[in-house]
Amino acid sequence: MLRQIEGSQGIAEAVALCRPQVVCAYPITPQTHIVEGVGALVKSGDLENCEFINVESEFAALSVAIGASAVGARSYTATASQGLLFMAEAVYNAAGLGLPIVMTVGNRAIGAPINIWNDHSDSMALKDAGWIQLYAETNQEAADLHIQAFRLAEELSCPVMVCVDGFILTHAYERLDIPTQAEVDAYLPPFDPVQQLDTDNPYSIGAMVGPEAFTEVRYLAHQKQIDALEVIPRIAAEFEASFGRVAGGLLRPYRCEDAETIVVALGSVNGTIKDVVDAERAEGARIGSVTIGAFRPFPLAELHDVLAGAKRIICVEKALAPGLGGILASNVRMALRGEAQPVLTVIAGLGGRPITRASLADVFRRAEREALDDVTFLDLNREVVGAQIARAAGTRGSGPIAENLLRALNPGLVHRVPPNEDAKQ
Amino acid sequence: MFEIRLHGRGGQGVVTAAELLSVAAFDEGKHAQAFPSFGSERMGAPVASYCRMADTEIRLREPIMDPDALIIQDPTLLHSVDVFSGLKPGGFLLINSTRDIAGLGIDEVAGGLPPGHVACVGATEIALRHTGRPMPNAALLGGFVALTRALAIDAVLDAIHEKFAGPVGDANAAAAREAYDAVRAN
Amino acid sequence: MTEDTAPQKIKFYQTGTHTVGNRLMDEDGRTVQASMGRSNAITSGHRACQGCGEALGARYALDAAMRAAGGKLMAVNATGCLEVFTTPYPETSWQIPWLHSLFGNAPAVATGVAAGLRMRGKPEVRVVAQGGDGGTTDIGFGCLSGMFERNDDVLYVCYDNEAYMNTGVQRSSATPPAARTATTPALGDAPGNVFGTGKFMPKIAMAHNIPYVATASVAHLHDLEAKVARAMEFRGSRYIHIFVPCPLGWGSASEATIRIARLAVESGLFPLFEAEHGEVVASGKIRNRVPVDEYLRLQRRFAHLFRKGAEDRDTIAAIQRMADANIARYGLELPEGTI
Repeated sequence: MLRQIEGSQGIAEAVALCRPQVVCAYPITPQTHIVEGVGALVKSGDLENCEFINVESEFAALSVAIGASAVGARSYTATASQGLLFMAEAVYNAAGLGLPIVMTVGNRAIGAPINIWNDHSDSMALKDAGWIQLYAETNQEAADLHIQAFRLAEELSCPVMVCVDGFILTHAYERLDIPTQAEVDAYLPPFDPVQQLDTDNPYSIGAMVGPEAFTEVRYLAHQKQIDALEVIPRIAAEFEASFGRVAGGLLRPYRCEDAETIVVALGSVNGTIKDVVDAERAEGARIGSVTIGAFRPFPLAELHDVLAGAKRIICVEKALAPGLGGILASNVRMALRGEAQPVLTVIAGLGGRPITRASLADVFRRAEREALDDVTFLDLNREVVGAQIARAAGTRGSGPIAENLLRALNPGLVHRVPPNEDAKQ
Repeated sequence: MFEIRLHGRGGQGVVTAAELLSVAAFDEGKHAQAFPSFGSERMGAPVASYCRMADTEIRLREPIMDPDALIIQDPTLLHSVDVFSGLKPGGFLLINSTRDIAGLGIDEVAGGLPPGHVACVGATEIALRHTGRPMPNAALLGGFVALTRALAIDAVLDAIHEKFAGPVGDANAAAAREAYDAVRAN
Repeated sequence: MTEDTAPQKIKFYQTGTHTVGNRLMDEDGRTVQASMGRSNAITSGHRACQGCGEALGARYALDAAMRAAGGKLMAVNATGCLEVFTTPYPETSWQIPWLHSLFGNAPAVATGVAAGLRMRGKPEVRVVAQGGDGGTTDIGFGCLSGMFERNDDVLYVCYDNEAYMNTGVQRSSATPPAARTATTPALGDAPGNVFGTGKFMPKIAMAHNIPYVATASVAHLHDLEAKVARAMEFRGSRYIHIFVPCPLGWGSASEATIRIARLAVESGLFPLFEAEHGEVVASGKIRNRVPVDEYLRLQRRFAHLFRKGAEDRDTIAAIQRMADANIARYGLELPEGTI
C-alpha cells in the first residue's frame, strides 16, 4: 500500500513483515527511528512472536543476535558509525559462524572528529568482514532490500548488511509502497536453518581452527561471496516478479549504452547523479551512470561489461582511504584491470556535506576536458587547507586536525578565561 | 517541481511542517520528499526543513538551494540567518508575524518578488487561540496553500488529521483554515 | 546429613555411611558425578593441564545443570582455557549444544540463545553461559551487567583462577593482592599485584538483585552441585562463582588443586555463601580455621612473601586481615558450641 512515511518507518515495517523473532536495539543516530519503529510494532502486538531486547551496547546487540540466530531464530539489529565499530569483533564473528543475521547500517561518518552526518566510512570499515553489503538508492529500495536480505542471508547462511544513507534516506519522508504480510510471506519462507543448536542433536559451534584448516575455511567464505554474485540477481528478479518493481541486484546502469563518461556511485547520491546525467545529456554530453547495488560481493565481471566501452570512469564516493584515495574507485579499477581508461576518484559528501548538481556537473565537465585530477575532494575549501598545510610545514604538527585548524584560523584564540581582577574584592 | 524551504527554531514543529506538506502532496497524488536539516535534538536552535513536490519521481537529494517558496516560522531568524538565500525571482514568501513586511524590515527582499507572492500571518496567535499552544506550523501550512495555490486546503487539512488525532487534529485544522482565510483575504 | 544424638545401636555391617564407599549411599546423597546416568556434558579427551581446577569445576557444574534441566541445556562459552581445551578442532569434548562466540560477549550471546529458544517454542531448554575470571569481571563485564539488569534467563558460571591463564598468566581484576603474574611481577617495593585494586564479582552480581548468586569451590563438590541445582530452580539471571586453582598459573603442584581450594575456604580468603535477590541467605561455615600462610605457601605465585630469612610478614598480615574481614562479613564462623 502506498504511504507517505519516513524512510526509517518504512524500513521498520518492512523488517516487521519479515517476521523476525529476536530484535535487539542500542540507540545511535541516525538509526534510532528504525528500531523504535520495530519496538513499537512488537509492543503493540502488530509484530507477534518477536522478542525486542534493549541491550547495553552495540557489541551486545550483535552478540544477542548471534546467540538467537545460532538456535534458529530469525534475528535483526541496526546500527551506524561508531556503533558498527564497537561491534566489529562480533561482525567478523557472525560471518565466520555463518549466521544469517540481517543488519541495517544507517550510514554515518566515523570520528574523530565526531560527526553524526552521512557518509560511507562505517560500512566501508567493515567491508571485508565477510558480510554481504547492499546499498539502497531510495527509501523504497531500502525497505525492499531488507525483505530480499533475509532471503539472501538464509539461502547462503551469510549475514547481510543493508546500507541506508543516514538522514538523507533514514529521515526523509517519501512515498513508499509497503507490501502486505501475505506478499512477504509468499516471497520469504520461514527460517529453516542450515545449522542450529539443538539438544536432540548436539554439536559445538565456534572451535579454534589452526593453520592446517584455516585457509580452507577462509577460501570457502570467499567462495560463498562468489556464489552470492549469482544469488543476488536471482533473488532480485524474483522480487520484481512478486512485487512488481525493481529493487536490489548487483548494479543498475543508467544511460550507459553509448556513454563516453560513466559515473559510478553507491546509495542515494545516485538520484542526484541521474538528474545531472539528464541535464548533461540535454547539452549533448555522452554520459551515463551506474548504481552499485551490491558492494560485497563486488560485481567485477558485470561492472566490467558496463564500463569497458567508456572513455573515462568517475567514481563519486562518500568514503576515503587516507594515504591511498578512493575505496570504491579501487574496487572499480579492479573490475577494469587490463583496460586502459582512467578511473577518477571524486571524494564527496564526507561527514554529510551536501552533494549538489552544480558541483557534480562541474567535475563531470572537467573530466570530459581531461582536466580532472586522479583524486578530487568535491567542494574542498582550498584556502583553509592550503593555509594549514603552509603552517604545518613550518612547525611540527600534532594533535587533532580539527582543533589545530581552529587555532590556525584564530591566532589569538585562548581557551582559558583570564582571571577577573575586579572579582577579587 | 516545486521546492519549499521552511525556517524556524527547534521545537516549533518545522520538521513536522515539511512532513505534513509532503503528506498533503501525496494525498493529491503527487510525489513529495520532505527532510530536515539534520542535527542533534536541540530546542531553540535555528532549523531548516525542506519539501519537494512533483508529478514525477523525485531523484534529487541535495538540500533545497533555490526554493520556490519560503516559510519563515520564526521572524527572529530574518536578520540572523540567511534565510532568503537562493529564493527564486518568482518565489513566494510567507512569514509568521502579526507585523507587516515594512515592520519586519525586509522591504528589499519582498520588493524583488512578484506582487501577491508575499504574505505575513500571525500563525502563532492563531494557533494559541485554537490549540492553546504557540505551535505555528499547521496554521502556516494553511497560509502557504492560500498564498501559492500549490495544494488544495483540503489536502492540508487531511494531512493534519492524519498526523494529529481527535481534538488536537481538529484544533490544528481549524488554525490552518483560519490562516488560509486570512491570507486569501489579502 | 543428620546426626543421631542418642547412643547408636551397634551395626553389624557398616552400611549407610561413607566408610563403606559411596556406592551404598542413597542416590540423592551422592553427587551427580557418581551416577552412571550422568550426562558427561564434558567428556574425556579434553586437553586441560594436569590438575586443572576449571576442568573439574566445569564437569561438576555442567552435569549438575544437565540433571536439573532434564537433559535440555545449551552452553555458551567465552574465549578462555575452558573453550580452548575442550574444542581442539576438529575434536570436541562437549556432548551438549555448545556455542563459542567471542571473549567479551558470552552473557549477551546467552541472552540471545535464551530469547531464540523461547521464540522457537522451546522455553524448557535452559541456558548456561560460562567464562573465566578475565572474561567475566573484565572484558565481559558490560555484557554481564546488561544481562543481569534485564534479568535474562541464563545461569552464568565464572571459573575463577584469578588471572588470564590461557594467554600466559596475566593479571585480571580478580587477581588477589600480592599475587605474582606476568604483568604484576614480584619486583620492587610492592611485588605482585597491587593492594586496593580488584573486583569481587559475586557482590557486584548481588547488587543487581538477581534471583540467585553463589560462590562455590572445587574442594566442596557436593556443595557445588547443590548450588547449581538450587540455581536451576530459579528463572531469570543467576550467577555462580567457582574458585578453581590453576597449577600452572599459581605454581602449585597438580595434585594439590583440591587441597589448595580447601585451604582458601578454610582460611576465609574465599567465602562460600548464597544470596537471593541481593541478600545473603546462607554461608558455608569454616570447620578448621587456618592462617592464610598455609594456603599461600603452596603457591609459587606468593613465593616472594616467604623468602628465606626475609618473610614479608606485613603483606601476609594484610592478606590475613582480608581473610578476617570475609569471615566477619559473610558470617563464616561456626556458631558457638558447635561440635
